[in-house]
Order: sequence, then structure tokens, then C-alpha cells
Amino acid sequence: MTFTFTHSELTLLLPEITLLTMACLILVIDAFLSDEQRDLTFQLTQGTLIGTALLVWFNVPSEPIFAMSGFFIHDAMAAMLKFFTLLVVFWAFLYSRQYLKDRQFFKGEYFVLGLFATLGMMIMISAHNLLTIYLGLELLSLSLYTMVAMHRSSQTASEAAMKYFVLGALASGLLLYGISIIYGVTGSLDLSQLAVAIKNSPVEHHTLLTFGLVFLVIGLAFKLGAVPFHVWVPDVYQGAPTTVTLFISSAPKLAAFAILMRILVEGMSSLQTDWQNMLILLSILSMGTGNLLAIAQTNLKRMLAYSTIAHVGYLLLGVLTVTETGYAASMFYVVVYALMSLGGFGMIILLSRAGFEAENITDFKGLNQRNSWYAFIMMILMLSMAGVPPMLGFWAKLSVLSQVIQTGHVWLAVIAVIFAIIGAFYYLRIIWMMYFEKAEETQPIQAEPLMQIAISANGLVILGLGIAPHILMSLCLTTFGLSSY
Amino acid sequence: MELLLSDFLILAAFLFCLSITGIFINRKNLILLLMCIELMLLAVNLNFIAFSYFNQDIAGQIFVFFILTVAAAESAIGLAILMVLFRNRGTINVEDINTLKG
Repeated sequence: MTFTFTHSELTLLLPEITLLTMACLILVIDAFLSDEQRDLTFQLTQGTLIGTALLVWFNVPSEPIFAMSGFFIHDAMAAMLKFFTLLVVFWAFLYSRQYLKDRQFFKGEYFVLGLFATLGMMIMISAHNLLTIYLGLELLSLSLYTMVAMHRSSQTASEAAMKYFVLGALASGLLLYGISIIYGVTGSLDLSQLAVAIKNSPVEHHTLLTFGLVFLVIGLAFKLGAVPFHVWVPDVYQGAPTTVTLFISSAPKLAAFAILMRILVEGMSSLQTDWQNMLILLSILSMGTGNLLAIAQTNLKRMLAYSTIAHVGYLLLGVLTVTETGYAASMFYVVVYALMSLGGFGMIILLSRAGFEAENITDFKGLNQRNSWYAFIMMILMLSMAGVPPMLGFWAKLSVLSQVIQTGHVWLAVIAVIFAIIGAFYYLRIIWMMYFEKAEETQPIQAEPLMQIAISANGLVILGLGIAPHILMSLCLTTFGLSSY
Repeated sequence: MELLLSDFLILAAFLFCLSITGIFINRKNLILLLMCIELMLLAVNLNFIAFSYFNQDIAGQIFVFFILTVAAAESAIGLAILMVLFRNRGTINVEDINTLKG
């Protein structure tokens, strides 16, 4: 194994280097600020995210470029996913400011940890070697464990952090065991070499490769939160402070999708019949369990956690078709999901105030009487999650389902539609409560202007892109080298 | 006696299973869970070193260095979370950590 790089390759890593440098700088600057000046940390963080996003946006390559001896790949998928990751993190921090201030943990560490988590996601997205994938994943996970535990006096947050930590470490261990087996059989960690080695491997190695693959898929399923490896998702989503739940549920899913694509599609394309079957199983179980258990929930954060599990099932549908259009549909789905999840948890933050968390479904009763505009935004979000036209979520479901049907898995599409209809129930129940039940709370909704603009924009983007879905869809199609329709 | 690759793999697999079992059947102490996680990573390390030696490829040994470093950071964070939990609850018994469910 040799490791070389030229100076020109460093320019490809410019977004990552910028983010790392700024995260370290902000950490130092924050140490010299008093609590009243803490807003500077927030502004610097948001500036860094915008700057990095611009660096990514203006450097979208047409061909994949490898750097750092193949450890790093810069291609259209990486650029797109990084851009959306940065955008989603930026939005998540907009929602966080007031919430954190009200609860006395508006601290610099929160934003620095967020930036390091973002760096971890960017490394995962651009990784082209099992070592870099692992390191990116750990950078993300370790930052997230700490963010969950940041509300130190909260009993539920510390319990959620502990559960997340143990199960996350278990998932990393399983993933690593899979990596070690694959490395042993193929003698390589680089994804391109891995693909060639697996293709040329003798038949007697197939059992061992499948054995390693099972561990890899289990590790990935844990990180995505697919059933039956979903047990951490509801507990962590419910227990963590809402801003952290918002963070965990949105951007990391984009990065998890990226490593799923890198490991399974790029590295193990020769084993596709094996992992296709595993993904079908995970997908059906996730759609079923997620949608059915969400009905029984009274806590909105927990309900959205089960809804996330169901969405992961739909997301996997696109990948398991093993076609370029299927991957594009999945990418479309994951971006749309991240936007919807931002809005959903954003609404909980909006209705909460110091000393009161609006995390029960009944807290949304009669929202229309209290504030009809936010009730309208929440209705858009819920309809979109349920997949009702013309919201964005409908097009996301439609695009993965049409790919599943085109590749001949009609039965799978039927199952998916049945679970989607069952799932619509619990989203519509919230709309019912908002419009047709009497408000128990009569306090007007108070939020800073920034938050109000952000949440309104979030809802309107979902409605607007739902009316013109081809904008986002053609972006995803061109990412995979397909012409848009 | 010559040690074969399979000997190392069986030992590593045994340690790995031991740690997974430990995580799932342990109902008493959270620190035991952290120890099981460490053991799991060490089992993986043994796998990597054995493969690296028998395949004559250095990459596996480099991977081990990274795993060791990450494991150190991970246990630091794990113990810190344990401290926070103990301060809030006054217990680190696994059975008592059950307020979130449903």
C-alpha cells in the first residue's frame, strides 16, 4: 500500500479543509466569548456552512476524480449529497438557536460538534476506501452521541445518549467485522480494487464473501435505522433534545445513503443478487413495522421516529432495483425525506417554549384556532410525509415505486402502497386534530422572526417543489448521468 | 506447532460472539457493556492482523491503528455519558434504564 498525493489534489478537498479549519477556529474563538456574545459563534458557524456549500456547488465534476491514492472520490453524487447535507445542517441550526437559548445550553460546543459531524458526513460521502468510510462514520457518530447528551440535566437525554452509544458502537463493531472478512478474502480495502477482486474471486470464496456482506449490511441497516435493527431510533428520537433529534433525523440519512451506494453498488456489484434480497427483506420489514407502530404512538417525536423507519424502507426500494434510475429515485427520496423531517421536527420546536415541550400529539389540537398559518404549514408537511399529491413526498414515493414496477417487482410495489395507505392514517389524524378539535392551549405561538421565516420557507419549498418536481428530479437524474425527462 | 490463519479467525470469532452475547444478556452493569464493546473491537483487530500477516499486506495493520485510536475516543465518550447518566439517575444498572419505551 502506497500513499501519495499531489498539491492539485488538495484543491479537491477544499470544502472539507475549509470546514475543518473553521470548526477548529470557531472552537478557539468561542472560548474567548462571553455568554452575551455567543451569537457570534452561531453566525460564524452558519457562514462556514454557506461558504462550504458554495465551494461544493461551484465544483461539480462531470467525471469521477480520485484523489489521495484512491481514498477520496469526487463525483457528481458526492457533490450533490454534500451540497444538500450542508443546506440541511444550515437549516437545522436556524431552528436550533431559540430552542437552545431558552434551555440554557446555547453553547459553542453544540455548533462545533455539529460542524465536526458535518465533516464526518462529507468524508463518508466522498470516501472510496473502507478505512475512510469507517473514519467518517465514527467522526459523525461520536459527535452525535455527545450532542444527544448535551442537555446534561435531562434524564431522558442521558438515557437516550447511552442507548444510542451502546447500539451505535455495536453497529460499528458489526460493520468492522464485515470489513475485516471482506479484506481478508479480497486483500484490499479500496472500493475499485475490491470490485475487481470480488468479480475474479473463485467460486469457493463466495460463501465467505456473503458472510462478510451480511455483517456489512447489518452495520449499514443499523446506521440507517432499518427494521430489525431499528430499536435505537424511537428511544433516541424521543429522548434527545428536539434540535438534536432534528439534526440526527435529517442530514446523517444523506450520508448513510452515500455509504450504502459506495459499499454495495460500487464495491460489491458482483454480489448484487445477494444484497438485493437482503435489502428487499429490510425494506418490507421497515415499511410494515414503521407504519404500523407509528399508529400506536401518542408522543409526536416517537411517531415521527417510526415514520422515519418507514421512510427508510421506501428509500431502500430504489437502491434494490439495481438500476441507475432507481438510484436516482432513491437519492430524490432521501433529499425529500430530509426536507420533510426538518419541517416536522421544526414544528415541534416552534410550538415548544422554555419549560414546555410540544411533543405530544394532543399539543397540536386546535392549532388552526391559535395560528392558521402554522397549521397550514404543518398540514403541508403531514400530507407530504403521507405521500398525497401534489406535495413533494408524493413524487418521491411515485418515483421509487415506478422503478420497482419497471424492474418487475410488482408484488413489492403493492406491499409498499398498502403500507403507505395504512401510514396515511396517523398523518391525517394530526391534521384532524389541528382543524377539527378544540384547542387545550390558548397561548399564542411566540417565535423569533428567523425561526418563523425558516419554517414557513420549509413548508413552502415542499409545496413549491411538489408543484414543480422536475427541478429536483432532473438534478438527481443528471447526477447519475441520465438525461432528464 | 505452526499456527494457521484459521486458528486466529476462530479465536477472533469466539471473542466476537462472546462480546455480542455479553451485550445482550448483561442486565446488571453498564460498565460491563463498555467492556464488551472494547472486546468486540479487539476481536476485529485480531482478524485484521491475522489477515494482514497471512496475506502479506500492510493495510490491515494500518487499519488496526485507526481502530485503536477510535476505540480510545469512543470509550472516553462512553464513560462521559455514563457519568452524566449516573448523576441524573444515581444508578448504572441496565434494568433501570427503561423510561423510554413503546
